Amino acid sequence: MSRYIATRAIRGANAIVAEADALLTKAIAEKGADTPVAFPNTAYYLPVILGMLGHEASKLGDLEPVIEHAKRMLHPMPDVNVWTPYLGETLDCGMATLLAEEVIEGVRFVYGEEPQPYPGLALAGSTSFTSPDNGGAPSTDGHLNGPIDDIQLRSWGIQLVDGRMPGFAAIVGAAHSNQAAVAIVRELQKRNILTFLVGNVNGRSMIDQLHEEGVEMGYDTYIVPFGQDTISAIYPLGFATRSALTFGGKKGGQWRDILLYNKFRVFAFVLALGEVDDLKYATAAGAISYGFPVIADTVIPEILPTGITRYEHVISMPWNEIEGETEEEKAVKLVQKAIEVRGVKIQITEVPIPVPYGSAFEGEVVRRADMRVEFGGKNSRAYEYLRMVDLDEVEDGKIELIGPDFDEIEEGGSIDMGIFVEVAGRKMEKDFEPVLERQIHYFINGASGIQHIGQRDIAWIRISKSAAEKGFSLKHFGDILYARFHGDFGSIVDKVQVKVFTEPELYTEWLEKAREAYEERNVRIGTMTDESVEDFYSCTLCQSFAPDHVCIVSPERLGLCGAYNWLDCKASFQINPTGPNQPIKKGQKLDPEKGYFTGINEYAVQASHGSVSEVAMYAIMENPMTACGCFECIMMVIPETNGFMIVSREDTSMTPAGMTFSTLAGMAGGGLQTPGVMGHGKFFILSPKFIRADGGLKRVVWMSSILKEQMAEQLQEAAEREGDPDLIGKIADETICTDVEGLLKHLTEKSHPALSMPPLM
Amino acid sequence: MAKKKVRAPEEASRDQASITMLELACEGEYETSFSRADTLAACPIGSDGMCCKVCGMGPCRLVKEGQTGVCGATLETVAARNYARMVAAGAASHSDHGRDLAYTLLAAAEGHAPDYTVRDPGKLMEMAEYLGVEVDGRPIMELARDVAIASLSEFGKVQGEILYLKRAPKKRQEIWHNLRISPRNVDREIVEIMHRTHVGNDQDAEHILDQSLRAALGDGWGGSMLATDLSDVLFGTPGPVISEANLGVLQDDEVNIIIHGHEPTLSEMIVAAAQDPEMIEYAKSKGAKGITMGGICCTANETLMRQGVPLAGNFLQQELAILTGAVDAMVVDIQCIMQGVVKLADQFHTEIITTSPKAKITGATHMEFDEHRAMEIAKEIVRKAADNYTKRGKTNIPDERTQLIPGFSHEYINYALGGFYRGSLRPLNDAIAAGRIRGVVANIGCNNARVCHDDLHRYVVTEFIKNDVLVVETGCGAIASAKQGYMTPEAALEFAGPGLREVCEAVGIPPVLHMGSCVDNSRILTVLAQMATEGGLGEDISDIPAVGMAPEWMSEKAISIATYCVASGAYVIMGHSSPVSGCEEVDRIISDGWEKKVGGRLEFCNDGEEIVRRSLAHIDKKRADLGLPEYDPSKWGKSGDWRIQELVELPLPERIEAAYGNTAK
Repeated sequence: MSRYIATRAIRGANAIVAEADALLTKAIAEKGADTPVAFPNTAYYLPVILGMLGHEASKLGDLEPVIEHAKRMLHPMPDVNVWTPYLGETLDCGMATLLAEEVIEGVRFVYGEEPQPYPGLALAGSTSFTSPDNGGAPSTDGHLNGPIDDIQLRSWGIQLVDGRMPGFAAIVGAAHSNQAAVAIVRELQKRNILTFLVGNVNGRSMIDQLHEEGVEMGYDTYIVPFGQDTISAIYPLGFATRSALTFGGKKGGQWRDILLYNKFRVFAFVLALGEVDDLKYATAAGAISYGFPVIADTVIPEILPTGITRYEHVISMPWNEIEGETEEEKAVKLVQKAIEVRGVKIQITEVPIPVPYGSAFEGEVVRRADMRVEFGGKNSRAYEYLRMVDLDEVEDGKIELIGPDFDEIEEGGSIDMGIFVEVAGRKMEKDFEPVLERQIHYFINGASGIQHIGQRDIAWIRISKSAAEKGFSLKHFGDILYARFHGDFGSIVDKVQVKVFTEPELYTEWLEKAREAYEERNVRIGTMTDESVEDFYSCTLCQSFAPDHVCIVSPERLGLCGAYNWLDCKASFQINPTGPNQPIKKGQKLDPEKGYFTGINEYAVQASHGSVSEVAMYAIMENPMTACGCFECIMMVIPETNGFMIVSREDTSMTPAGMTFSTLAGMAGGGLQTPGVMGHGKFFILSPKFIRADGGLKRVVWMSSILKEQMAEQLQEAAEREGDPDLIGKIADETICTDVEGLLKHLTEKSHPALSMPPLM
Repeated sequence: MAKKKVRAPEEASRDQASITMLELACEGEYETSFSRADTLAACPIGSDGMCCKVCGMGPCRLVKEGQTGVCGATLETVAARNYARMVAAGAASHSDHGRDLAYTLLAAAEGHAPDYTVRDPGKLMEMAEYLGVEVDGRPIMELARDVAIASLSEFGKVQGEILYLKRAPKKRQEIWHNLRISPRNVDREIVEIMHRTHVGNDQDAEHILDQSLRAALGDGWGGSMLATDLSDVLFGTPGPVISEANLGVLQDDEVNIIIHGHEPTLSEMIVAAAQDPEMIEYAKSKGAKGITMGGICCTANETLMRQGVPLAGNFLQQELAILTGAVDAMVVDIQCIMQGVVKLADQFHTEIITTSPKAKITGATHMEFDEHRAMEIAKEIVRKAADNYTKRGKTNIPDERTQLIPGFSHEYINYALGGFYRGSLRPLNDAIAAGRIRGVVANIGCNNARVCHDDLHRYVVTEFIKNDVLVVETGCGAIASAKQGYMTPEAALEFAGPGLREVCEAVGIPPVLHMGSCVDNSRILTVLAQMATEGGLGEDISDIPAVGMAPEWMSEKAISIATYCVASGAYVIMGHSSPVSGCEEVDRIISDGWEKKVGGRLEFCNDGEEIVRRSLAHIDKKRADLGLPEYDPSKWGKSGDWRIQELVELPLPERIEAAYGNTAK
């Protein structure tokens, strides 16, 4: 609270409870205590009263104890000087307000004053309110909706709970202009958010504004006009209460559970438009107990600390201070802010693209002959870059293609392209960027007829002819990423926007920035050593198909698939503490050369289910780390040369070991520990810890040429570090030889250091 | 030994009222604890824990490297035994206080103490649940009887463990269990310390100190926690009230009664008696305009929390109150009552009235309290004070008093953070997790005549709230902050950092929360345990970014409190000097050693800046361990009422458009 809000809310609560008390006394005197009282077409009596008090009020007389309870919840206003605490007191006054408001609406039904008349209004929707006056037929005779009946509750409630409907907005008051009113409801409609209208400002309500503008209201349009006074706000809260009773399995009287259910499951918020008076503050205090925050378009005190609601309690966004040229632009910002403050999770159940989508398509290959266009590969370049920015820098769902689409490109042609994703989220951290960026590969591959290979600035994407014929365009990359990041990483990502660059200047500008970021990430991990950390990480992502295998990822040894380095594992652990990457205490160092650690050994025994008892982090000839099957490289001893060969996954040629990569993979994979054979990530070759116990990089006698090309600079640096600047030239590849004889000849010619190193076997 | 230089008043205290009174003491050459501390040096061997006097072969002073006592006891053994005995004395004091309250409840339930009743039946039921007493459908007084008996059995039961231990987080209970330091009952662990520290018995420092952890836990989660709960049941669970603090609460033209000591049992009756029209008439008949009550030490805190009785001062102000010449009676019960008050009172008209069967003071008037006729005795005392009013001479009441809002029981804190329907600690945990509140400091404990009065309390609390650390307080530390003006909600707007200010403004609370007397440190344990189980801040007390401290400690109770806080997982810094400073090994055991065992550690440090530095470093480390964002005050401070004030001052027609913000854009 703030003292100002507390003062206003408490004053409003005291007044409305007194009003309800007087009204009830009068009604009982005039109609008798046994007069039935009910909201129509509901099994939940007066729902807030039922939910909070467990009290089934069905006669006027039943409402008396409700008023008594409400009175007990009232408090005096805080003093001007040396005040006593007011938050709990104000929230109680808010609940007293809601109880009083429901009593008032109950009494009004007795007098036939609800739902409120509204000449000329016809509600859209077949299940709209059916009052006795209305002969049970849909409303066409000019009145507002009144409470939502159980039929509609069931039809909407389940969607609210399962996420198809992200939430509801209770709008109290009137918008800054008719134009603004229309823009706000359109923004809400776009997102499937229900709009509930109540209240007025100086006699004018948003219902009037929409009616004047010819906006259709009713169940069918997701815009429900409840009533033109603040008291009608009890209907949305009754709807919320009934959601907990109907779908949450809560019972009347389980007030705490019902309120918390709403806090965590019903994503509703209050938009207070126009001046906020005492009763609105008091009612808002009641809504806050449900976990519903308040966003106002006027200057009111902000309450930013969290706790009763999930995020901020009260936000003030004065309309004239919202950036935007038009009322529409301002409305977008206001609704965006509301969504952010309530933590409404926009859930996209279907990826809105013209081709089928699903993980079944992940492995699909687009052959050159079937290809419409490609990005990356031999003739062009593609990159993907994801970064986090502040919440207010992202317009959620904004997808832009900057530059031409591929229509003009000849069939089978290529073009440079960059995919740039910006995400924001309260729980997002910079360290998560690479983890999320890596998901782009999986997400894009899920589209039928699209092939994605690689990552960062070596991404390579193909779009098939059939996908292009179905209407797939570059903007759809954005649609895919938007939907999947929200769907899969909703816990850390609140907002996503995507830019696709084909315009050369921006493409280049952002490629530079992306490379800076890649470099920064490389350097961050590059400067870390195994000695500088206490924990290594496990990676059991692959245990589903290699149940006995477990990767140990350390700062100087990345995962064998190349996808996860130590920092990524750390981030992944933070994102999902019970996930596949768990910290392992390194423990005592038993052998610094071979890389034996007590903690790692203990973990290996447990995680491999006993099949591995020791792991040497830096050796291949004894107890090497096991592999699943998704290694980037396989290293194998070539006894005749006193050294090792490394074959890359991309290399399909024969190797000096007499086997191709795919044959070798059978030996190296499956969680088997075979001395002399090991799967690993390609960047591990560059690590100072790379098979250190066996002599390091100088032992490498043969290496797939693709590795030499891809990592030319880094390999040169590593060679210099190892004290043999010409080393890379001395290492053979498949273009030089693919048999042992040829290899030996090459090594002798170049006087490769392995020949003179201590014998391996 | 040459006479030591006497400190000037402003060196002896940071509290203006006290400085004024000390000036008066200098002029009149009155002896106080301040002047005695200046002239009497502390025994250097005893203060370092190096003196052993547990048998007739000593006392042995172990001042040389490797020296042992006559029996061969090492310095480690001697220091550990001295420490353990301090814990035993402290735990005994708190717990015996708790026991008496249980007897009062029993007497009330059985109809022998008609002036007492159950004021908080809800809390009684809660106690019953913890103590395994059947609740359903039973009359309150029957339940009260069984709860009283169950409480009493916690002090000396034959089998099992203290039942309240299960109020601690699961993980904490396991730690105690595995270390075998779960107290079996309150008394037994204290007795066992006395046994173990007898000559020729337990002679392994670490082992002796383990037992002090166990006995201290029996205090914190046993005797003290029962004392708090029983007091709440009998006198009501505190909620916020408005009151005042410092000697200026005394009135020139009213009968002034100071209640001093630690128990609420009699003082609650005196407070009620003083409001009785009959008593007020009686006071008027003696020429006074009415009756004013003022409290000192924890009796003050007990009656302040529940009845709003003003605070006259903390421990070191008990003699200064007499110097005002305006105290007609100082009614004392137990603990922390300086014998010096009697001698000083002889020079004024003040009547010192001892009331506890456990605490007589030579030269004082003894009017023994008996709960069976409590109100009758209370009225006798009030009458005696009123009679004495006529004997008053010149008065010197310093014009110092500040307002405060006390009453933060853990029940009320829960309520404050969500009301009846949504009360919980969630907003507090959220605020800490987000970094609005950097962490929590419990600043508690005494005054000490050997350090500048209130100086460290004032300094560290100022620094903490400035750095967005929420401070909770009890005892004489709380009174220091009350006098400093930090216990009003306005203080948050003026003195707190931006994040803490936002939270305080949202809830309407002061940045420093008064949680009660020194037995009420159990309330702090309860809050910490609840924070750990609320989620988001780890799963044990030791995970929470919090520090406990008693920068001006002096009593053995403070050592017991420190020890149970450490055993509960807290990092504790005590000011002044260490009672084991003569032995490095014992110092290591209570710091590094205990940290390994129970997650909390005990340090002694007399430098305010260093206390703050260590505390913030610890808080930041715990934040990092929990994966919480780094403390960054620049992110906070935006919310609150600041902007609306401008708006409401505008005339109505302008206000409507101005409500939509700047129209310039």
